[in-house]
Amino acid sequence: MSAPSTAVVVDSPQEAVQVPMKHEPPRPFSKPNFVQTIAMGYVPLIIATLVVFLPLLWMLLSSFKQPGEIVTMDLKILPESLNLENYATAMTTVPFAQFFANSLIVTTVGSTIKVILAILTAYALVFVRFPCKNVIFVLILVALMVPAQVSILPNYILIAGMGGKNTLWGIILPGLGTAFGTFLLRQHFLTLPASILEAAEIDGAGHWRRLWQIIVPVSVPSIATVALVTVVSEWNDYIWPLIITDRPETMTLPVGLTLLQNSEGNGAGWGILMAGAVLVIVPILLVFAALQRYIVAGLTQGSVTG
Amino acid sequence: MTTRQIHSSSAAPADRPEPEPSVPAPAARPGQDRKRWSGRSRRDFLVFLAMASPNLVLIGTFTYWPLINNIYYSTLDWTLGSASATVVGLQNYVTFFAGEDASKVLGTTAIFTLVTVGGSMVLGLLVALALNSKVRGTTFARSAVFAPYVLSGVGVGLVWLFIFDPGYGVLAWILRGLGQQSPQWINDPELSLVMVITVYVWKNLGYCAVVYLAGLQSLPRDVMEAAALDGANNARRFFTISMPLLSPTTFFLLITTMLSSLQAFDLIRIMTPLGNGTSTLIYEAYLQAFGAYNRAGYSAAISVILFAILLIVTVLQLRFVERKVHYS
Repeated sequence: MSAPSTAVVVDSPQEAVQVPMKHEPPRPFSKPNFVQTIAMGYVPLIIATLVVFLPLLWMLLSSFKQPGEIVTMDLKILPESLNLENYATAMTTVPFAQFFANSLIVTTVGSTIKVILAILTAYALVFVRFPCKNVIFVLILVALMVPAQVSILPNYILIAGMGGKNTLWGIILPGLGTAFGTFLLRQHFLTLPASILEAAEIDGAGHWRRLWQIIVPVSVPSIATVALVTVVSEWNDYIWPLIITDRPETMTLPVGLTLLQNSEGNGAGWGILMAGAVLVIVPILLVFAALQRYIVAGLTQGSVTG
Repeated sequence: MTTRQIHSSSAAPADRPEPEPSVPAPAARPGQDRKRWSGRSRRDFLVFLAMASPNLVLIGTFTYWPLINNIYYSTLDWTLGSASATVVGLQNYVTFFAGEDASKVLGTTAIFTLVTVGGSMVLGLLVALALNSKVRGTTFARSAVFAPYVLSGVGVGLVWLFIFDPGYGVLAWILRGLGQQSPQWINDPELSLVMVITVYVWKNLGYCAVVYLAGLQSLPRDVMEAAALDGANNARRFFTISMPLLSPTTFFLLITTMLSSLQAFDLIRIMTPLGNGTSTLIYEAYLQAFGAYNRAGYSAAISVILFAILLIVTVLQLRFVERKVHYS
C-alpha cells in the first residue's frame, strides 16, 4: 500500500549516483568525445559507487522486510511496506537501546578524554622545555605501531583484576592513551609560526592560557580531524569490548550485534539482523557524509606528506 | 618446575618505569609565571609532567606493559581463569611450530594478507585512475568508495553474510538465475576464506584508492605533458612514468595495508566465528584464549609471534621510507 513512499526512499541514493550523468562535461560536444567521456569517465565511477552502495542499500531494504519476504526463493527487491517491526523485534530480543546508550557513553567519554590528552601531550612536546623530549616522542611513535590486538590478553588480565569486567570504565580505560592523536597534533603544532606565541609570551600568559587561548583556537581543523577519527574508531571498536563484557548491560552495539546474531542466526532472522546492522552503520555513515573531509584527511595521514 | 600465582605478576601496574611521580596538580596557573624567576626551567619541567604524564602513563600501562607481560605469559602453561600456572619455558612455541598449527595458521595468515593487500591495492589503483578523470561527480564518488573503510566491521560483516547466504542471499539468487547451486560459503573452509577476503577487500580498497589518488594528483604535470607530446600513449605513460613516480605511495600502502591485514579481526569473528579455514594469527590467538580452550599461555605465544612479524614489517618501513614519508 505504501509502496510509493518506499520507492522514494529507495530511489534517492540511486538518483544521487546518476546525477553526474545529467551534467554535460564542459567540453566540446563532439560525439566521439562525448561517448569517450561517458565510457572512460562515468562508467567506472558509477560502477565503483554502485559496488559500495548496493550492499548498504540492500541492508536498508532488508531491514524492513518480513521473514516471509526473506525466506523465499524468488527475490523481492523492495519490501512490501516500510515496516519497522524488525527494529522493534531487535530491541526486544536483546536490550538494543541499552547497547546504543553504552556505545554513546563509551564513544563520547572515551573520545573527549583522548582528544584532551592528545592536545595536552602534543602541546607539552612542542612548546614546553623538557629533557629527552625526542626520546618520549619516539616512544609514542612506537606505541602507534603496536596494535591493540596483541595486547588483549594481558590487558584483559589487568582490567579484570582491577574489577573492570562488565563495566563501562573497563571498556574505556585501556584505550585512553592516545599515540595517534598526539602524533597528529604534534606534527600540526610544529607548523604553527612562532610569532603567534611571542605576543602572548611578552604578555606574560602562562602555558595554560597560551594553550587554550591561542594554540587551540588556531588548530580547530586538526583537532576536529583527531576527534572525528577517534569517534569513528571508538564507535566501531569490537575486539576489546567483546572480550571485557559478557553481560548485556554493558555491551556496546557491535558486541550486542554479535549477541543478536547468536539468537537470530537462522534464515528468518536476517531482517532483524539487518535492522541491527543499520543501527550500528548509519550513525557513522551520517557523520562521515557530513564531515568526510576531516575523516579522510586524518585516516590517510602520513601518505599525503610522503 | 615452579608453580606461581598469576596475580602477583599481573597486578603490578605500579612497577612501570613511567615517570609518574608526585606531580602537583596543574602547575601552570595563568598569570603565575609572569615573573621570570630563576626556577623557570624547573617550572617547565613540572608543567610538562602535568600535561604529558597522564597520556604517557596510560600508553605505558596499556601498550608497553602488555608487551612485556605477553612474553612472560607465553612461557606459562596456564588455563585462563585458573589461579595457578606452570612455567614451561619455550614449550608453547615448540608446540606451535612443531604441531600442524604452524603451517595451517601461518598459511592462512599468508594467503589472507597477500590476497587482501594485493587485491585492495590493485583495485584501489584502478578506482584511483577512474577518480582522477576530469569529469564531474568525482568528489562524491571519492567519498562513496572511502565510506566502507570507516564503517563497523561487525555491521559490514553481517550485511555480507546475508548476501552470501546459500539459501536466501542475493548471490544464491543470482547463481540460481544462472542455473547454478550456491556453494556452502560458510561450511567450506576454502570458500569461507574467499568470502572473508572478498569482503575485506571491499571494505578497504577505498583507502588505497584515496591514497593513490593523492599520489596521482601530485605527479608533475609537465613531465606527463612532455611525454604526451613525444607520442607516448596512455598505457605507456602510466607504466613508464606514473608507476615509478608512485613507488613511494605504493610502498607506503604496502606497509600500512599489510599491518592492518595482519590485525584483521572483526570480519573474521562475525562471518566465521569458528575460524574454520579463516584462522589467521590474530584470530587463533583470540580463539585459544577466549574461545573454547582457554589456553592463555599458548595464546600469548601466538601474540608474540604476531607482534614479531608486525615489528619486522614496521622496521622495514622505517628503514626504507623514513626519509620519503617524513619531510616538513
